[in-house]
Amino acid sequence: MQYALLIYADPTDMPAPDSPEGQAEHASWMEYTQALAESGAMRGGEALHPAPAATSVRVRGGETLTTDGPFAETKEVLTGFYLLDVPDLDAALDWAGRIPSVGYGTVELRPTVVFDRV
Amino acid sequence: MTAAPGSGAAAPAAAALDRAAREQGGRVLATLIGHLGGDFALAEDALQDAYAEAAGRWPRDGVPRNPGAWLTTAARRRAIDRLRRARGLDERLRTLEALAQRDGGAVHEDAPARDADDDQLPDDRLRLIFTCCHPALSPEARIALTVKTLGGLTTAQTARAFLVEPRTMEQRLTRAKAKIAAAGIPYRVPPRELLPERLAGVRQVVYLIFTEGHTASDGERLVRDELCEEAIRLGRLLHATLPPNSETLGLLALMLLHDSRRAARADAAGRPVPLAAQDRLTWDGGRIAEGVALLDEALAQRRPGPFQVEAAIAALHAGAASLEETDWPQISALYGRLLQWRPTPVVAVNRAVAIAFADGTRAGLAELDALADERKLVGYVPLHSARAELLRRDGDAAGALAAYERAIALCGNGAQRAELERRRAELLPGAGAPGV
Repeated sequence: MQYALLIYADPTDMPAPDSPEGQAEHASWMEYTQALAESGAMRGGEALHPAPAATSVRVRGGETLTTDGPFAETKEVLTGFYLLDVPDLDAALDWAGRIPSVGYGTVELRPTVVFDRV
Repeated sequence: MTAAPGSGAAAPAAAALDRAAREQGGRVLATLIGHLGGDFALAEDALQDAYAEAAGRWPRDGVPRNPGAWLTTAARRRAIDRLRRARGLDERLRTLEALAQRDGGAVHEDAPARDADDDQLPDDRLRLIFTCCHPALSPEARIALTVKTLGGLTTAQTARAFLVEPRTMEQRLTRAKAKIAAAGIPYRVPPRELLPERLAGVRQVVYLIFTEGHTASDGERLVRDELCEEAIRLGRLLHATLPPNSETLGLLALMLLHDSRRAARADAAGRPVPLAAQDRLTWDGGRIAEGVALLDEALAQRRPGPFQVEAAIAALHAGAASLEETDWPQISALYGRLLQWRPTPVVAVNRAVAIAFADGTRAGLAELDALADERKLVGYVPLHSARAELLRRDGDAAGALAAYERAIALCGNGAQRAELERRRAELLPGAGAPGV
């Protein structure tokens, strides 16, 4: 089964990148991603720029509305994602529970839709 | 009754089918879900097909010697039919092949007298309970799904057991089954590293099923026996099929000890009877003995936990000849211990009541007042009913009356509210001597 691991966190909880904690976390992300890739389960994944860099767009009645910022203003924002191919939810939960930011943020697991090939 | 051709056989056959569905439906379903690789919906549809087939054939051909095995085989064949008709055969080929092998490679039309898979039933039920209690499901879905699939109840029966509309229950179950399929919740007993955590979750669900049966949260009936029975059955299943676990033993002991008082807990009209007024002679001695023996077995493992402490409290009550002769100092100490694991309002209030019996009414009232202040329990019914009871015992009728009124205003359970109103009425002028 394929799962998207959507990684959310409150930016105020994240360690500053140049602090010792930030550098330690950065190393954890690298290790984690490497372990995931070596397991053969990784299908993709990216870290996202902070929410202020987001742009949202919607088209209503033929009119394009472009706005600054993420689609919903929330304390916890999407900070990145992985795409995994693993046997079942327990396996995906195991990987999700090891994501470096899970100690202060939240990881949402979403199975991806498999369309039948006809 | 009007005579119709074959009606002589129809009635017993229908009764046998009802009984088979009731007593073996859950096991048959567990086996089917196992054979179908965790496909709940297909298993349920196929079982319904098998019931329909049995309703047609049993009156004509006679009731099979092993109705459960007959239903399992018939349902498996109907599942094969359904799989063959379904689109997207690719994905389902593997399931079909596995099913065909179980039937010895050929699909016969005659139902066999035996089913070779009977031996595997406990494992299938165990896998099913871990799937139904998976933490990815909502707590209410876990409880409903566990009762329905493992208890072999219909959706209507499950809805009745939980006092919700059949439509609501249908939606709850459908959503849960859809989530199991879409989210890829595995159908298996969790591996060793996950087992302790998942088993703790399963115990919680089993205990919630029991307490739901023991005290309806918003219903008019105090005891719903079927839920208690099912919870105890599930507790036995966990104990019998998994490696020994002190907390699982504690849970089973606790349920048996609570359940020993079932007949005494409500009067003929369904009104709750408080512990003080219960006829201890009607407590079920067999259940008490079994519960105490299981608790001893648990304590011997020297791995304490909250279910064992709760069972120990229940065992002290069960072993006491009267309310007064109960070992209250020990019980209040055990509640103190329990509070460390379960810092919940109900445990805190029970501890205060135990202190009132052990150290005097005033000491208990002081505990309750502290709770109302500290822990924001001002809207908590048991706190006010316990306060009312202690104030009455302390001779403060006006205070007790006010506390009962508070509890009545907050209470959402009809049977419990009626009991509170009855106790309040005893305090009113002209009511005569208050009861025990």
